[in-house]
Amino acid sequence: MTTAYKTVFGSLGNYRKGGIEVTQGDARHYVFSNVFEVASKAAPYERVVVGKNLEYVVETLRAEGDSPWFACAHDEFVVAMDGEVRVEFVALEQPVAEANGAVLAGQEPAGRSMGYVLLRQGHQSLLPAGCAYRFRAPAACALVLQTKLGALSVEKWAEICLH
Amino acid sequence: MAMLDLADKPETQAKGFAADKVQATAPDPVTGYRTFSLGAFRFSRDAYFATVQWPAQGQTRTHAIPADAFLRAMMRDVAWGFFYGWVNFDHVIGTRNHYGKVDMYAGAFNGVMKEAGVDYTETFETPLIMATFKAILHDWTNEGFDPFAAPEETGTAYGSKHGENSAAIERTRIATRRMPGLPDDSPLRDDLPVNRAFHDVPQDEPEIHAEPGFEGQLHAFNLFKYLSRSDVTWNPSVTSVCGQSLFCPTTEEFILPVFHGNDRVEWFVQLSDEIIWDIGDKNTGAPRARVTARAGDICAMPADIRHQGYSTKRSMLLVWENATPNLPKRYESGELKPHPVEF
Repeated sequence: MTTAYKTVFGSLGNYRKGGIEVTQGDARHYVFSNVFEVASKAAPYERVVVGKNLEYVVETLRAEGDSPWFACAHDEFVVAMDGEVRVEFVALEQPVAEANGAVLAGQEPAGRSMGYVLLRQGHQSLLPAGCAYRFRAPAACALVLQTKLGALSVEKWAEICLH
Repeated sequence: MAMLDLADKPETQAKGFAADKVQATAPDPVTGYRTFSLGAFRFSRDAYFATVQWPAQGQTRTHAIPADAFLRAMMRDVAWGFFYGWVNFDHVIGTRNHYGKVDMYAGAFNGVMKEAGVDYTETFETPLIMATFKAILHDWTNEGFDPFAAPEETGTAYGSKHGENSAAIERTRIATRRMPGLPDDSPLRDDLPVNRAFHDVPQDEPEIHAEPGFEGQLHAFNLFKYLSRSDVTWNPSVTSVCGQSLFCPTTEEFILPVFHGNDRVEWFVQLSDEIIWDIGDKNTGAPRARVTARAGDICAMPADIRHQGYSTKRSMLLVWENATPNLPKRYESGELKPHPVEF
């Protein structure tokens, strides 16, 4: 008999958070949260830090409607965790100032449109260093970003983590 | 493996590979297996068990591990180039990576054995221990057994020597510079079949609409599709590189064949299904916690613990590593706390 496997992914509307059974020590040390829960409670495109390893972070965003234009001096990466999101790119005329993490790139960043990518659940896109990018999501969905801790990164660990 | 698989940092183990320095006996006339020596350690196997021996307090000490568990653990240690920090095969035997040299230990990170003074540690040049481990893997892995696969996917490790499975042991290692699928970077996995447990995972690719003049500069791929085609279990492989920050997702089924004690903090993002992590004290092995992670859960593994994962269904896990070289010293000196965030 062959087994019918069902792969369980999460989404903003359907996730089941795990937990910690502590024998010894403090549950806080595992800094445990769920990206769908965090994104569902955040403002649209608020870059909430859910993982931090010195200057590097993993951020969760709720994509809903149009995001501001972001730019970054180094490569970033985005993984769409559910739903569908469009990422538009602009090749900036002015180079991005050297800084860790993303910065806001203004209302209409000056430069040529590079095009866009359309991401669905599980799709990953490069957000190349030096470009401006914005997200457009007709319906709310969750994103995970790989980047560095920057001026737009929001840390609210006590709110999001098991303890 | 996470760190040494970076394309710009070629694996150190390839340099000066010490195949000619491996010490092995002739095949045993009954079992057909060779016995290996590495410093004062002696490795032998029979139909069921791998046996490791070492000297302590003027006696020979002995520890046995079921052959399948031993080969799965050794397969990871070899494939990962000794990984980060401590790779415990079980509660007694393991290796610690010093990135150029490697400690092999018995009982040194078992609270009771350490206290009793029956532990032993010896340090080896990486090429020698790598060559010895590879030779053991080649000799002790029989035809039909793939130490990289989950138990339901492969045959038995038991019995006397019959054939070999070099193809399983010598899988090509993938190195990623920036992101798979980019020109001059690691390939996607369209040529590999979808694993039986991921047949329901959508195989669509993202749409890329590049304006004229920007062809090839926008890049996206289906990460979950890529993972659904992974042909190995418990083998973090780099899929994106942001400075020293490495996303190393992998597909998991059955038990992580080692109890990993990292020399730095790492993080896990559960991408699908569920994994339960048994967590123990890094030095003594005493139980600390059991973490259940389901899709969307993210948690840190502090630098003072060891962990071993259990995954009933093959699941997708994102292992997130910081490859900065000086981190072990900064954690050991106390400059950095073992847990990454205070709140």
